[in-house]
Amino acid sequence: MNLRPEPLAYELSSPGRVGVSLPGCDVPETPVPSSLLRVELDLPELDELTVVRHFTRLSQKNYSIDTQYYPLGSCTMKYNPKANEAAAALPGWRGAHPLVSDAHNQGAIELIYRLQESLKAIGGFKTVSLQPAAGAHGELAGVFMIRAYHLAYGNPGRVKMLIPDSAHGTNPASCTMAGLTTVTIPSDAEGGVDMERLAAECDDTVAGIMITNPSTLGLFERNIEKIAKMVHDASGLVYGDGANMNALTGVLRPADVGIDVMHFNLHKTFSTPHGGGGPGVGMVGAAASLAEYVPGPIAAEKNGKYSMEMPSKSIGRIKAFYGNFAVLVRAYTYIRMLGADGLVRLAENAVLNANYIKARLEKVYPVKYPRRCMHEFVAMGNFIDGIHTLDIAKRLIDYGFHPPTIYFPLIVPEALMIEPTETESKETLDAFIEAMLKIAEEAKSNPELLHDAPHGTPVGRLDEVAAARNPVLCYRG
Amino acid sequence: MPFIPNTDKDRTAMLGTIGAGSVQELFSDIPSDKRYPKLGIPNGISELEVLREIESLASRNLCASSSAWFLGAGVYNHFVPAAVPALATRGEFLSAYTPYQPEVSQGTLQAIFEYQSMASELLGVDTVNASHYDGATALAEAVIMALNHGGTTRNRVLVPAALHPEYRQVLATYLAAFSVRVEAYSEAPAIAVATVDAETSCFIVAYPDFEGRVHDLAGVADTVHAAGALFIVSADPIMLGLLKSPGSYGADIVTAEGQSLGNAMNYGGPFLGMMGVTQKFVRKIPGRIVGQAFDHEGRRGFVLTLTAREQHIRREKAVSNICSNQGLVMLMTTIYLEALGKSGLQAVASLCWNKAHHAAKLIAGIPGFAVADGTFFKEFVVKTPVPAAAIVEKLEPRGVVPGLALSRYWPERTHELLVCVTEMNTAAQIDTLVQSLKEAAE
Repeated sequence: MNLRPEPLAYELSSPGRVGVSLPGCDVPETPVPSSLLRVELDLPELDELTVVRHFTRLSQKNYSIDTQYYPLGSCTMKYNPKANEAAAALPGWRGAHPLVSDAHNQGAIELIYRLQESLKAIGGFKTVSLQPAAGAHGELAGVFMIRAYHLAYGNPGRVKMLIPDSAHGTNPASCTMAGLTTVTIPSDAEGGVDMERLAAECDDTVAGIMITNPSTLGLFERNIEKIAKMVHDASGLVYGDGANMNALTGVLRPADVGIDVMHFNLHKTFSTPHGGGGPGVGMVGAAASLAEYVPGPIAAEKNGKYSMEMPSKSIGRIKAFYGNFAVLVRAYTYIRMLGADGLVRLAENAVLNANYIKARLEKVYPVKYPRRCMHEFVAMGNFIDGIHTLDIAKRLIDYGFHPPTIYFPLIVPEALMIEPTETESKETLDAFIEAMLKIAEEAKSNPELLHDAPHGTPVGRLDEVAAARNPVLCYRG
Repeated sequence: MPFIPNTDKDRTAMLGTIGAGSVQELFSDIPSDKRYPKLGIPNGISELEVLREIESLASRNLCASSSAWFLGAGVYNHFVPAAVPALATRGEFLSAYTPYQPEVSQGTLQAIFEYQSMASELLGVDTVNASHYDGATALAEAVIMALNHGGTTRNRVLVPAALHPEYRQVLATYLAAFSVRVEAYSEAPAIAVATVDAETSCFIVAYPDFEGRVHDLAGVADTVHAAGALFIVSADPIMLGLLKSPGSYGADIVTAEGQSLGNAMNYGGPFLGMMGVTQKFVRKIPGRIVGQAFDHEGRRGFVLTLTAREQHIRREKAVSNICSNQGLVMLMTTIYLEALGKSGLQAVASLCWNKAHHAAKLIAGIPGFAVADGTFFKEFVVKTPVPAAAIVEKLEPRGVVPGLALSRYWPERTHELLVCVTEMNTAAQIDTLVQSLKEAAE
C-alpha cells in the first residue's frame, strides 16, 4: 500500500494549468449574455501527469480484489474477469445511444434479450427486467410490483410486509418507500423463520414476505416451500432477496420453491465489479403471478427483430433509459463463459469453500447456528473478554486481508460474516484461516496488537464520531 | 475453469476436513425434488469465442464515433480524455468494495471527497452526496425529500411541462405510493412560480429544460421560499462551466445527470445521479457522504459519515433505501473534472455554446426550417417542414443522426426536431447536417 499522504487535488492546483487539450473553435463565436454568465468556477488546475500520478497513488491506498482477498459476507466479492471489461469497453457500446431507433440498436437490444433469457433460466422466472440499477433498486421495484398487484385486485388494505429479523436494512427501507408497513418476524432456534410467528401475521392485511434465502446467516431456509404456501394461502406474495444467489446457481431455481419476484445482484453473483460502491444491477425476475408488472421497458424478440417494450401492467420506469447497460455486457460475458455447467460448479465451490473455512475455524470462533452452511457463515468475535469483532477485523488488515462483514446480521452478537466465494484457491483460504487462528492466539497473548490495529495502513482508526459531529464534507481552501 | 481454482484433489481434501462425502451432500437442505434442474442454457465457451460473439453484437449499433452525431436528449456525446478510463479502470479502484473499512479504502474515500468538493462548487451548493443511479432517480429522491420536509399538508409538486419525459415517468413511479398531485406548468419559471401555494411542496425547474431552453431564474427562489416550499433545480453540469449555477439562484436542492462529465453514452447507462443541497438539509439528504476525519496520530483521512440517515442503520426509518450507487461512474467524473479543471470545463462549455449557436443560425437559414425562440445552451428545437421522424429515419442509415424527433414522446408534435451540438461536432459536420436536412426535406 502507498503510505505517503496524498494531497487533495485542490492542494496540488496551480493557476493556469490544464490537463487536457481541446480543439480551437472552428465556427464564428456568439457572445453569452452577461446576465447568465458564471463569474466564479473554483475547480483545481492540474497538468495531465499530476492527475495521473494523483489517481494512481490514490488507487494504491485501496484494498481491492485484484490485490487482496475479501472474505466479505453478503457482498460476494468474487474475481471480476478481465474479459468482462474488454467486452464492455467496445466502441460499439460506448457510442450507442438509447434514443436511436431500435432498428439501429439491434446489437444492444439483442444482448439485453439474451441476458434476460439466461437469467430467466437460472431463476425459473417467466419475465426478467434488467432496469434496476442496484439490489435495493430491484427491491424497490419488487415491492412496487407487489403493491400494484394488490391494488389491481382491489385490495388496498394489503400493506403489511413481513420481514425476518436477519434481513438486510434495504428490505424495510424499500417498503417504506412503497408506502408499506413492516413487521419483523423473529428467527427460530435454528436460524430459520419462526413459523408460529409467521402464521400469526398471515392475515388479510398481509402484502407479502421478503425473504433472503440462503439467509444472511448463510443458512438455507428449509421451510421455504411451507413459508411460500402459508403466505400464498393468505393471498400474499413472496419476495426473494437474491443477494445470496451465489449459493444456488444451477442448483435451485428460486421460482421453483414459490418465489413470486426476486432480485439478483449482478455485481455479486455475476461477477461485475463493485467499483468502490457501484454501479450494480438489481435485475428483477418474476413468476407468472407478477410477470406483467416488472419495470420496463424490457427487450422483446419477434421474427429475429429486437425491440424494447413496456410490459402490459408494468409499474413503469424506475430509471431513465434501459438500465446500467455496460454492467449488463459484463454479466452476459461471464454467463456465456460459465454456461450451465460452470454455473453449477460456481455454486458448488462457493459452498464447499465456505464449509471448509467454517470447519477449520468454528472451534475457535463460535458459530451461533452450527448447521451446515451454504456460501457463507456467521461466526462471533467475542470469544475472549476485552476483544471485539472490530479488533479482529482491523487486525486482519495487518495480515493483508480485507475484513469480513462485521456486526451484521444484527441477530448475531459480534458477528463476523465470512464468504469466501468460489474464485479463491485453497491456498488463499488456508492463508486466511492461518491468519484468523493466529489472531485468536494474539487476542490472548498480546491483545494490544488487536486494539491498535491496523498498523501498516495509510491511516489508523479514524475518529468517526468527531467527523459526524462537525462534518467537513468539502475542501475549504 | 479459469475462475474456479479448486482441483479435484483440493475438493477431496476439503471434503475430508468438512466430513462430507461429496459436494452434493452440502446441498441437502434444499428440497431434493428441486435440486439440479436442467437450466436449458448452453455450456460455457471460451473467452475468445465469447468476445467474438460480443464484438459482433456491438458492431450492430449506430455508433457516435462513426457518425455525424446531433442527438442528445439526456444522453450526451462529449469528449472523454484518455486519462479518465485509463485511471478509473485500474483494478485497485474497479474491484474495490464500498469503503466501509476506511483504513484500506483511502483511495476511494479521498476521490469521493474530491468529487464532493468539485461537484458542490459546480452546482453551487454546500454539500453533494456520493451518487444516485441517474439524473432521473436523483430528481425523484429530491422530490421525496421535499415531501418529507413539507409534511402532510404540502402534497403538490410543480414540474415543468418540458421536463425530460422519462424523468417525469420515473417520478410518477417513485411517487405511486404517496398521495401527491404532480402538476405541470408550461410558462417560464419566473411566471409559473406565482402559482406556488401553501400546499406546494416543491417547485422544480429544468436548467436547461428538455427543449434546450435556459430560463433566467432570478427572483424565483424568493417567491418559492415566501410560500414555504422548496426550490429544486435539475441541471446540465456541462452548462454550469459557463452559466450561473443553480445554487447562485437560491436552489435548495440541485440534481443533475453527470454522464456528460467523462462518461460514454453506453446505451443509456451506467450514468451518474448528482444531488446537492444547502447546509440546512445536510442531515436529510439520501445516499452516502464522505467526511474528513483524523486518526490518533493526527493524520488526515476520510470516512463515510452521517450514516444515521441510511438504511443499514435506520432500516424502515431511513431517508432512502439506497445502498449500492454509481461509485465508479462518479470516479470517472472526478478524474474528468480534475483533468479539465477550471479552464478546460469552461472551454468545453464555450465550444458547445458557440457550435450550437452557429448550427442553429445555419439551420434557421434553410428554407422551410425554423429554430424555436429562447435562450439555449447546446440543444434547441427545430421546426421542420416534413415530419421530423421521417428526417431521422432517412438520415440515420447515412450516418447522420440529426437529433430527436419530439413525436417519440409527444405523438402530436410531428414537425419538431431536438438538435444537440457539442464540442465533438466539427464545422464540417455541422455543414453536413445542414446539407442533409435540406435534402431530407425535399
